[in-house]
Amino acid sequence: MRCVLLVLSRRVVRDNFVISKKEAFAGGSSAYNAKHKSRASNVQNFVLLFFFSLLFNSSGTVLISLSLKSPFFSTFSLLSMALAFDEYGRPFIILKEQEQMNRLRGLDAQKANISAGKAVARILRTSLGPKGMDKMLQSPDGEVTITNDGATILEQMDVDNQIAKLMVELSRSQDYEIGDGTTGVVVMAGALLEQAERLLECGIHPIRIAEGYEMASRMAVDHLEKISKTFEFSLTNIESLVQTCMTTLSSKIVNRCKRSLAEIAVKAVLAVADLDRKDVNLDLIKVEGKVGGKLEDTELVYGITVDKDMSHPQMPKRIENAKIAILTCPFEPPKPKTKHKVDIDTVEKFQTLRKQEQQYFDDMVQRCKDVGATLVICQWGFDDEANHLLMNRGLPAVRWVGGVELELIAIATGGRIVPRFQELTPEKLGKAGIVREKSFGTTKDRMLYIEQCANSRAVTIFIRGGNKMMIEETKRSLHDALCVARNLIRNNSIVYGGGSAEISCSIAVEAAADRIPGVEQYAIRAFADALDSIPMALAENSGLQPIETLTAVKSQQVKEGNPHYGIDCNDIGTNDMLQQDVFETLIGKQQQILLATQVVKMILKIDDVISPADY
Amino acid sequence: MAIEKLLKDEATEEKGDRARMASFVGAMAIADLVKTTLGPKGMDKILQSSGRGFNVTVTNDGATILKSLHIDNPAAKVLVDISKVQDDEVGDGTTSVVVLAGELLREAEKLIMLKIHPMTIISGYRMAAECARNALLQKVKNNIDDPEKFRSDLMKIAMTTLSSKILSQDKEHFAKLAVDAVMRLKGSTNLESIQIIKKAGGSLKDSFLDEGFILDKKIGVGQPKRIENANILVANTAMDTDKVKIYGARVRVDSMARVAQIEAAEKEKMKDKVQKIIAHGINCFVNRQLIYNYPEELFADAGVLAIEHADFDGIERLALVTGAEIASTFDNPESVKLGHCKLIEEIMIGEDKLIHFSGVEMGQACTIVLRGASSHVLDEAERSLHDALCVLSQTVTDSRVLLGGGWPEMVMAKEVDDLARRTPGKKSLAIEAFSRALQAIPTIIADNAGLDSAELVAQLRAEHHKDETKAGIDVISGAVGDMEILGISESFKVKQAILLSATEAAEMILRVDEIITCAPRKREDRM
Repeated sequence: MRCVLLVLSRRVVRDNFVISKKEAFAGGSSAYNAKHKSRASNVQNFVLLFFFSLLFNSSGTVLISLSLKSPFFSTFSLLSMALAFDEYGRPFIILKEQEQMNRLRGLDAQKANISAGKAVARILRTSLGPKGMDKMLQSPDGEVTITNDGATILEQMDVDNQIAKLMVELSRSQDYEIGDGTTGVVVMAGALLEQAERLLECGIHPIRIAEGYEMASRMAVDHLEKISKTFEFSLTNIESLVQTCMTTLSSKIVNRCKRSLAEIAVKAVLAVADLDRKDVNLDLIKVEGKVGGKLEDTELVYGITVDKDMSHPQMPKRIENAKIAILTCPFEPPKPKTKHKVDIDTVEKFQTLRKQEQQYFDDMVQRCKDVGATLVICQWGFDDEANHLLMNRGLPAVRWVGGVELELIAIATGGRIVPRFQELTPEKLGKAGIVREKSFGTTKDRMLYIEQCANSRAVTIFIRGGNKMMIEETKRSLHDALCVARNLIRNNSIVYGGGSAEISCSIAVEAAADRIPGVEQYAIRAFADALDSIPMALAENSGLQPIETLTAVKSQQVKEGNPHYGIDCNDIGTNDMLQQDVFETLIGKQQQILLATQVVKMILKIDDVISPADY
Repeated sequence: MAIEKLLKDEATEEKGDRARMASFVGAMAIADLVKTTLGPKGMDKILQSSGRGFNVTVTNDGATILKSLHIDNPAAKVLVDISKVQDDEVGDGTTSVVVLAGELLREAEKLIMLKIHPMTIISGYRMAAECARNALLQKVKNNIDDPEKFRSDLMKIAMTTLSSKILSQDKEHFAKLAVDAVMRLKGSTNLESIQIIKKAGGSLKDSFLDEGFILDKKIGVGQPKRIENANILVANTAMDTDKVKIYGARVRVDSMARVAQIEAAEKEKMKDKVQKIIAHGINCFVNRQLIYNYPEELFADAGVLAIEHADFDGIERLALVTGAEIASTFDNPESVKLGHCKLIEEIMIGEDKLIHFSGVEMGQACTIVLRGASSHVLDEAERSLHDALCVLSQTVTDSRVLLGGGWPEMVMAKEVDDLARRTPGKKSLAIEAFSRALQAIPTIIADNAGLDSAELVAQLRAEHHKDETKAGIDVISGAVGDMEILGISESFKVKQAILLSATEAAEMILRVDEIITCAPRKREDRM
């Protein structure tokens, strides 16, 4: 059959086209084609279709598009919503408005889906590991992002394919849940799909594959638990946390100063962590960035920075022992919600109104002064007069502070957000040791630092860097590091990185596979092979011989019974990850395997794709 | 459903070598674009805006050129961005940073042709950049303790910066202006207090620094043109009928007589306000907002000089200079700080009348009046002067100084070369490439001056193999010269920023192996 197909296809296209990837095509679809052997008269028709789809598909996987424009199918589409019969008398159920639908079913659907998933994984594969490359993404508005964070790449990629969107979701959920390993999870899913494709070709039913994967993933997760190690840390001994964060950061562009950034991330997380409850609210860590300076100038501020300056240029730039009134009402005349009119019909009324207005401003400012505030932070604007009155009474003020920042300030200083002047009382004021304004560079960029707060449980990481993209990428990298630190506080188990955990799991799963009877055994073995693909990608990206390196490490692990051997990406000279201090969190790894398996199972279970045709 | 539909329509994806090629080509194109403006003999560019009026700008300031370009290549955007940041951060070296990044990428491209992995190149570049920075740190001079020498350093830096600009003919004059202005700031980097007023007419040489403050406004009619020992109230308040601010208030009257009464009350209110202001004991009133005819008349009657509609920066500066506070309410005359100056007078520059405040209390602020033949010349002069001021103010905070004229590049190149020889492995190729990229800068400077760059740079390199050399390219005589004698200096901070951000940008572009461009957002055609 294979030969026939090749001959036919060659005849159909003659020498107008360069025939590429014949092998993949013929091998991949032979199972499918076998079914249609009987329709001898139509084989050529199919081949034509297949071949065109192959030509359009540059990446070498075989997709079968049953374009309804071909004469072969148009006969059916004439009879919409009716039962049609092919030349052998077998019935066809035809969809309503079939002309408008693209439909893929059975093995074709699975294959198309798998190849879409693989295509996404292939994009991310080169970003894995410390020597991974970055991707440059240009948004619809022409803005440029340079990153190697899997979640960010996929989010901005403008994906149109449904299955590809599933992969995007997968990476995103890893990002939400764990924060790190967003690239790894997609690569893992891609590898699982690749293995599934091979099994499908053997004629194994997708559900059996899915079940096998499920069993294997459970084994892998249990095995991870076994090889994991708990890390002891305390507020004073943060070395182990820093090491884990450094592993995360080493794959980013900021790896130049991963040590200092990791320390910043760990200190920030510890500052806001609730060690008794083992929980961290990352909202309390604000990550601010400003272009300019060096990456090394990035600092951790035990307090809040606000990208605002004092409302009046001549207010003091530095306030010690500040008592902060946090207001959400403007220093402006009242604007009642109900419609009203104040009618002025006499000169007296006009004058009283004037007096009252002045009185009103005076009261507002006096109120703040009376409760003992030395700094007013307001969500809204000030009237010129109010502004001057504040200045005149020696009450520095900041206006137009955003709601989120206002909340953070309230948390940090232990103050309450006050919505009305009448409700301002001394105990609602927030306290901060020092509030100062700092200016940057040659432009008039100023920021307000609120430090030494009553409640130091809100911190700010202030990033400096050469350009905007650098800052954005640093923000993302720090987010990953923060998440890792948080995960460690939640659960202080770690596994070793550099692909060692995957290799160890692969060995364990492989060994366990032999004990499982049935078709699932094949799926479990395939799972073990898929696990190998992560260290393989790591080795490939680091410029090592992937197969040689992987097999060497694997045999070393088995021989010495030590699960710490991984890929030596940085060419340090040892592949013992214990010595290299490369750690990852246990829950992160477990989540990666579970999420990837789940998505792959979902993709395998799809056997019919109906989508509206292109308009 | 086929795989080619992974991305949305019109979204494109470039992979591997093609992506790398696209970004290199884009970045190098940008670098080549601004390359010819480098150095004292660099050429200018004419930029014509596509907006209304087709405004023309003539400049050789890298940041200005790049800012006005419409660029589609993402890698090129990275370079534009570093140039902008350089401008914001240190003010000068905006061209050099782009050229250096471009040269680094050009060298990297050659290495990639030799099948060296980008990551190897990056780690080589990082080592080289660190080494180059240390080399500079060793050679740096710091004269902060000796005010005389420090001042001369500043002069040299200003002249070096200005020599590549339109002001090069009168660089000594302008360098003196800039140094004087910056010295008045006493270490603050707040350049807002230096005001630059551009007035067309005269020649560039007629530009001057005024120790007082000049406000580009006219004095109201019938008000005194000259006030000695002025007490100034600086305000930001509405001087029209002063609207009732209480929301929803409206005037409802039933007869014309009432209208007249209300009007009178309004006038009364205005008069009250003016009276209150005058009660501060002032003889000059400067307001940010408009002063209407009626209050202006009242002020004139009281013999108070009233200046209206001074822009916000003007107000802030004036407040800073005279030590006044910007007031908006006038009920407590005793607590409002008034500003003082010895003399206010109206002066003429060219055809325009300006108000000149002299003998001010705080000497921080000052005004530089630029004169020049056309508005283009003035704009470019302002940019050049701004560059010089930025560099100087940064040098005041970080007083480390280097020699110029390609000297720092050669010093760095030599050290980096040494490092390359000591480093085993493929990295050394990248380190060598870094040194070549550094040497490209003196080459370009010489090329732009129409000199034999290969000959000169080779001489320079030989010269630099001796210890403690001060050799650099003397563009004027076209030979290698002693930079210390020629008085060509540069600020360490600027050089360091150039080195670091160029390396960072090159690294960033090198790390990319795939470019995904989303479909451009469809804009509704408004035409």
